[in-house]
Amino acid sequence: MKNNGHKSTSPTAGLPKCPTGIQGLDEITGGGLPRGRPTLVCGGTGCGKTLLAAEFLVRGAVQFGEPGVFMAFEETEAELKANVASLGFDLAGLIRRKKIAIDYVHIERSEVQESGEYDLEGLFVRLNHAIDSIGARRVVLDTLEALFASLPNEAILRAELRRLFRWLKDKGVTAVITAERGRDQLTRHGLEEYVSDCVILLDHRVNEQIATRHLRVVKYRGALHGTNEFPFLIGDEGISVLPITSLGLNHKISVERIATGIPRLDAMLGGRGFFRGSSILLTGTPGTGKTIVAANFAQAACRRGERTLFFSFEESPNQIIRNMHSIGLRLEPLVKRGLLRFHAARPSLYGLEMHLATMFKEIAAFQPHVVIVDPITSLMDAGTASECRAMVTRLVDYLKAGQVTTLFTSLTQAGHALQQSEASMSSLMDSWLLLQDFEGNGERNRVLYVLKARGMAHSNQIREFLISDRGIDLVDAYIGPSGVLTGAARVAQTAREKAEALASQQEAARRQRELKRKRAALEQQITGLRSEHEASAEELRQIDEQVGRQTRLLTTERTELGRLRQADISVAASTRGNSKPKSKR
Amino acid sequence: MKTKTAGRRSSGSHCRPAKLWQLRLYLVGQTPKSLMAFANLKKICESHLKGHYRITVIDLVKQPQLAKGDQILAIPTVVRKLPKPVRTILGNLSDTDHLLVGLDLRAVD
Repeated sequence: MKNNGHKSTSPTAGLPKCPTGIQGLDEITGGGLPRGRPTLVCGGTGCGKTLLAAEFLVRGAVQFGEPGVFMAFEETEAELKANVASLGFDLAGLIRRKKIAIDYVHIERSEVQESGEYDLEGLFVRLNHAIDSIGARRVVLDTLEALFASLPNEAILRAELRRLFRWLKDKGVTAVITAERGRDQLTRHGLEEYVSDCVILLDHRVNEQIATRHLRVVKYRGALHGTNEFPFLIGDEGISVLPITSLGLNHKISVERIATGIPRLDAMLGGRGFFRGSSILLTGTPGTGKTIVAANFAQAACRRGERTLFFSFEESPNQIIRNMHSIGLRLEPLVKRGLLRFHAARPSLYGLEMHLATMFKEIAAFQPHVVIVDPITSLMDAGTASECRAMVTRLVDYLKAGQVTTLFTSLTQAGHALQQSEASMSSLMDSWLLLQDFEGNGERNRVLYVLKARGMAHSNQIREFLISDRGIDLVDAYIGPSGVLTGAARVAQTAREKAEALASQQEAARRQRELKRKRAALEQQITGLRSEHEASAEELRQIDEQVGRQTRLLTTERTELGRLRQADISVAASTRGNSKPKSKR
Repeated sequence: MKTKTAGRRSSGSHCRPAKLWQLRLYLVGQTPKSLMAFANLKKICESHLKGHYRITVIDLVKQPQLAKGDQILAIPTVVRKLPKPVRTILGNLSDTDHLLVGLDLRAVD
């Protein structure tokens, strides 16, 4: 809705806008305040009206080349200069260069006597003179209502104010009029009835001891605008409004993958790690090694030469460096080389919005490739759940728009409810790793799951997460009939398995040997039989030979006998061979 | 307010004639209101301060930069620069009583 408003108003430009240059405000109002018209900024004491007006003017002069007139009814020129200088604006320089003119208007009621009718032409003359002297395009009247205290005749004053606003419109200047918040109405003296184009309400609330300023565009004639209450803060660079809806779901998407610094984890994530520009949630109960995973990720990024910004809400940078040293992670050289930067702050130091703004500023200044927030849950204490979710949304959107890969660690209480409690935040995340404790056999062991990893094939396996002085290692947890075993149990189980394997190996060898022996015996038997077989064959041959020889002998003997008998043996022998003599026999 | 004026009466009445009264009348253009204010001021001064006053008329149309110095918002405005303290009277000066109170002149006669 608001996004639509943003988009449709800026290009079609139904109403010309005057950009304020104030971070976030232009997004809410779809490009700025109505150009050439007065805008009413109202709010209670100390909610930043004067500052908003001053920033509008200074940024107009510096960024948009539009000189401006500041008509101050409450603060003197010197006070104003000092106040604005504390936010980094060089008002004195701008005045010297005729970019800004300040006119301090002050009337002491006790020194004034009325006699007859009058009007406020003097104010018009002064304003006109100031505008013309520097060619101003912007005007601030802060706080016009002070006139109600200085001038006795309210009827005249009201008539003149009505004329003033019309005059400002005719003059074509974009004006900001500040007013004190009234009890039953927007302003104490009902100025809203004169200024009808744009009304912005500022508010300063304390919730659970943390003060947050809010801004709401109550009315913006002729333009769609964000109607919600937006938190804003006053930093050392002025006001920044933090619109939740300032960013949409249209960031550029990278297909590049970046390593996690833990090879086995990369393997679980389809072998190549996370997508660049994705948001990663790392949840875990206390002491499961979230910071270690985060530090590994940071180190891996730095090794690739990428800048990493580490927001720590629990430990001081030095403590993290020392602790990581104990597992063989040397972060100090990376810090020295300017690749790694820590930003540590207690969550309760200031409100959520301030944290967010500080983070935005750090990110904008350092331009990191990887951002680590450790842990995001600490910030939850600084605001309500919905505020925190809104904040994380904004942070994620902001970082995604800049293609920054972000790792959020999240501390959860033990038990399985954690998955539900994190559900609201997890929907913002592209990947979700879960670190868990496994308790049993008198020890605690860490395990890691990949609960989700959008857009990549990822392992559904549980891995045991080992932390040693050489860093992190992931090993396969033992999954057997008795469930998942980790730590000593896993080691014991592995040893048992090893012994079993050895035993079965030995058994096999033994059986092998036995079989071999059996086979050798058989072989021997075969050889015996074969030689026996051969022996009998030989015998057979010898018998055969003997028989042949006897036959031949018999034949020759017979032939000899025949010859001796002078028979016709020769004829018979030549024609019929041995048969004739045989038949003759 | 009234007690204040009463207090000044005794001290002011003695030294008053010796001093020159400097009055500034701020106007924007020659409007009937302006002319009326000037006429009213002149009349009072003639009757109360004859020979001891000087009226400077400042037309902000011609000299807008002068409005800042005396913190002029309302028109017409009379500023009594001298004698001190500075006093300011707004309006067309048609209310003579208020004008006299404003200028601290009522006690004279």
